[in-house]
Amino acid sequence: MASEPLVGVLALQGDFADHAAALQAEGLRTVFVRKASDLVGLDAIVLPGGESTTMLKLLDVEGLWEPLGKALRSGVPVLATCAGLILLAANVENPRQRSYGLLPLTVVRNGYGRQYHSGTFALQSEHLPAGTTGTFIRAPRISNVGAECEVLARRDGDAVLVQKGPILAACFHPELQVGHPVGAQFAAMVRAHAGLAAAGAS
Amino acid sequence: MTSKHPLPKIPGFTAEEVVSKIGFCEQLKGGVIMDVINAEQARIAEEAGACAVMALERVPADIRKHGGVARASDPGMIADIQKAVSIPVMAKVRIGHFVEAQMLESMEVDAIDESEVLTPADEQFHVDKRVFKTPFVCGCRDLGEALRRIHEGAAMIRTKGEAGTGNVVEAVRHMRALMSQIRELRGMDTRFLEKKASELRVPVELVAWVAENQKLPVPNFSAGGVATPADAALMMQLGAEAVFVGSGIFKSGNPQQRAKAIVRAVTHFEDPKVLVEVSKGLGEPMVGIDINTMAPNERLAGRGI
Repeated sequence: MASEPLVGVLALQGDFADHAAALQAEGLRTVFVRKASDLVGLDAIVLPGGESTTMLKLLDVEGLWEPLGKALRSGVPVLATCAGLILLAANVENPRQRSYGLLPLTVVRNGYGRQYHSGTFALQSEHLPAGTTGTFIRAPRISNVGAECEVLARRDGDAVLVQKGPILAACFHPELQVGHPVGAQFAAMVRAHAGLAAAGAS
Repeated sequence: MTSKHPLPKIPGFTAEEVVSKIGFCEQLKGGVIMDVINAEQARIAEEAGACAVMALERVPADIRKHGGVARASDPGMIADIQKAVSIPVMAKVRIGHFVEAQMLESMEVDAIDESEVLTPADEQFHVDKRVFKTPFVCGCRDLGEALRRIHEGAAMIRTKGEAGTGNVVEAVRHMRALMSQIRELRGMDTRFLEKKASELRVPVELVAWVAENQKLPVPNFSAGGVATPADAALMMQLGAEAVFVGSGIFKSGNPQQRAKAIVRAVTHFEDPKVLVEVSKGLGEPMVGIDINTMAPNERLAGRGI
């Protein structure tokens, strides 16, 4: 019997431990990614919350920028939250900064304000169970969504959960809320992808 | 699965406080929070990869040198730093000075450090941190101090260490005390936990939570005397989840390089090869003070127990 899929959680800085615990609660195996060799053999990747500027500096110093980019483009499922979403957006504002550009989004860093304005807010979604909320912490605000990107949930009109192919990205932090449906959704994506890969290999 | 889901119920905190206040502190983990005294230093810290800055008028080493009453910083200076960087900005208030805290909250400072580095304003009470929306960090020397601050509403805890000395020995002492007192609670029965709770002057639910989960219910960071990448990694290996560096960076010979080195050291705290690489050619560290030569009244860690 094949073992559970292995998810690499980028662990340069941020709430990587919360992501690992949430993934393990879904029955997935996890490994922390701090250098290029940690990217081998992953079935999925998580880009956690934290400070995107800090992560950008460390991605460069560790020589991880290129190898991680290759892994993110390889078609494995990716979950990105908060700072992770910023790393994937095509355009980043306030201030402008570099990114992988894998999601056709324009995001404004700290677009909902400083920590004082952080909190848990209702989400409007046809995909998530009624009453689902999201915890936004100094969250990025998506100001524009390109055509190829599906919006799965909104907060007062703003897109806050989006998907493009195997990439799922949230402005909020499902990893902080016990049993958040986004965690189960991502786990299902990871299992489906790992199952297909195993079938293809045999 | 044996693993527990993050951020479960915490005695004394509402579910919303758990996710929004403690959740904010979770985002700082694996990072370095740097003391800065102006916008230029704040930009250097951000450029070096700091996950947050602590805005204050004088770093602890200078507070020691100048003496007198150390108070919350000029709001104008804090506002300049808020404008200069995109990472979170924290600032300090005197122990018990809830009006300084109200002022910082109205400025939307991202987190407030109720700090023994400043001159205490109240010898009986700390700030009631539960009435604030802004997360607070407080210092501790042991489990009792940590749990009393958490009971008052602190959303993260740091060791006190002995700030402004460039000497990590006190931070080590405090982290070891904290961790061993947590281990001591493992598997203890209700009567023992009740006794411990009355000894530590906190609700038994809080002690029981720590006994069961074998960690503090809020992030556990380190501060006080960290001067080198190796010091930062030492605190992480002892159990810290992030590191505050006060005087250690901007009182050193080459702040830019040292700041970058400490940021990398905290990420790779278990990798001695990386620590060697970042420690090469760092220039002069801040001049340290031997704790044993200090008069008891020069020590800051005894404030706010």
